[in-house]
Amino acid sequence: MLLYALRRLIYLVPVAFGVSLLVFALVHLAPGDPISAIVPPDAPKEVVDKLKEYYGFDQPLPVQYLRWLGVTLTGDFGTSIGTGRPVATEVASAFGNTLILAIAATVLAFTLAVILGTAAAYAKSRIVDRLVTLISLVGVSVPHFWLAIVLVIVFAVELGALPPMGIGPENSTGWRLDGAHLAHMVLPTIALSVIPLGVVTRTVRSTVKETLSMEFVTALQAKGMRDRQILFHVLKNAAPTCLAVMGLQAGNLIGGSILIETVFAWPGTGFLLNSAIFRRDLPILQGTTLVLAGFFMLLNLTVDVIQTMVDPRIKRG
Amino acid sequence: MAVQGPTLDIGGAVLMKPRPSPASRGYWQSVGRRLRRDPVTLICAGLLVLIVLASIAAPWLGLADPYKTSMVRRLYPLGSPNHWLGTDELGRDMFARLIYGGRLSLFMGVTPVVCALLIGGLLGITAGFVGGRVNMAIMRVMDVFYAFPSVLLAISLSGAMGAGTENTLLSLTLVFIPPICRVSESVTTQVRGFDFVDAAKASGASALTIVRVHVLGNVLGPILVYATSLISVAIILAAGLSFLGLGVKPPEPEWGLMLNTLRQAIYVNPVLAALPGVMIFITSICFNLMSDGLRAAMDVKA
Repeated sequence: MLLYALRRLIYLVPVAFGVSLLVFALVHLAPGDPISAIVPPDAPKEVVDKLKEYYGFDQPLPVQYLRWLGVTLTGDFGTSIGTGRPVATEVASAFGNTLILAIAATVLAFTLAVILGTAAAYAKSRIVDRLVTLISLVGVSVPHFWLAIVLVIVFAVELGALPPMGIGPENSTGWRLDGAHLAHMVLPTIALSVIPLGVVTRTVRSTVKETLSMEFVTALQAKGMRDRQILFHVLKNAAPTCLAVMGLQAGNLIGGSILIETVFAWPGTGFLLNSAIFRRDLPILQGTTLVLAGFFMLLNLTVDVIQTMVDPRIKRG
Repeated sequence: MAVQGPTLDIGGAVLMKPRPSPASRGYWQSVGRRLRRDPVTLICAGLLVLIVLASIAAPWLGLADPYKTSMVRRLYPLGSPNHWLGTDELGRDMFARLIYGGRLSLFMGVTPVVCALLIGGLLGITAGFVGGRVNMAIMRVMDVFYAFPSVLLAISLSGAMGAGTENTLLSLTLVFIPPICRVSESVTTQVRGFDFVDAAKASGASALTIVRVHVLGNVLGPILVYATSLISVAIILAAGLSFLGLGVKPPEPEWGLMLNTLRQAIYVNPVLAALPGVMIFITSICFNLMSDGLRAAMDVKA
């Protein structure tokens, strides 16, 4: 098991190298040279040259890349052009906020999805099955940022029941466990959970249905096992497939939260990324993308390892 | 029951003239027959055709000018005279803008998937058919793109390149190449292992002939079905980029951008502010249902 995890980790090295190349390239994809983002267009040429030298932009690209990689690996992501604060600090505080929202949405989506999907697979009546299929279809088809706006319109504007934006009262920037902060979380969590809810419900429904038609279920029934215990066996067999999809969805949810955070002005990585793009704050853009991609890779690795733990049929390593 | 032809009288002996048995229906014919019997897919396809035709023919439908602003007629509610879907925050006719908006929204959703289908399909089939080191090289590069959540990749690329329709198309194409490539690779690898490919090889067919005759026919179906399932994702993602201000620039009518600019109106005229999203929702749900129908009709496993 440990050996397998280690091997997967080693296998991640070339991928991580590719990711770092891509993130490094982000700065050079930008129109004009990277310096033009921070100096006024009428700046004298000597100042521009000096700045180029200061940031190392006068070096050839491979040298620039190696330099950047060396500094980044020590945890120094540079300085934000907009605020002048270290990128690492900015990204770290935003990432915490995103993670809270993502965990809440993941728990909500996966719990509902397992219940709905299993219910649909077991359902004798077509109506229940159809209804669940409809829910999952809506989940994968609805533009989630639009749903976020509709939620704001209904619950904040019309009913006045929940706050429309922000992480907490009085421009609070950090999350705390209290009623006001929880109230601010409700709408973003719902909006963020629709896509994973749709996708995972679909997977759970089809996987459980497939498992139910397997011979071992008939054998267990013939043995006289109680339905509740059979359900346990069925879920255990359906778990690996569902887990794989869930892991992917949990990661995508972190990326998808960019739009939701923008609608709700939730001070997370998405909101940070969005404002960085419009301030042309390239270090923040780079840092946020790198942290999110790194997190996504580690998440996928974890899911893979958990999968081998759950499913003894998969012998890896 | 055997098919009997007309009898022939030859020298007193009555012979049965054999009639050729009816040609077995081809694969595509049976797919078409199954599709015709699927009302949900037909309705969705009809709706999509309607939306596409309306947006293509928008200039000739006698609609109001979607760019004409008016300071007086701002944010008219639904059902106003001359503006039955109201007017937006700059007094432009909403109905006209919703119809015109389909042009860019559909274009920006479908084009990246088509481009990615061509590039990713080619790469995936090559990787799957050639195998070995070529496969390794192509698929490892794809793994790098898989290390990003797709929305993040699209937004970071667009954000770095700057707003604009071309940049959005480019970044969305890049986002959809890896998944299409991966699916193409796995189907091709499967097909390559079948006996008829070995038989063709043994009979001396060139690699190109094998790909053209034996591989493509078996591989294109699943790849196409998968690509259609990506269109709804692409439409939502393209609208999302415009919503963030990274795609289409104002004053162009586009559903995502309209959702963004109408956000200031949610306190004044909330129903109006939600309208562009309804269009995205309908289009994407139709594409999803149609893709499901195609998958069932073509008997492709998910």
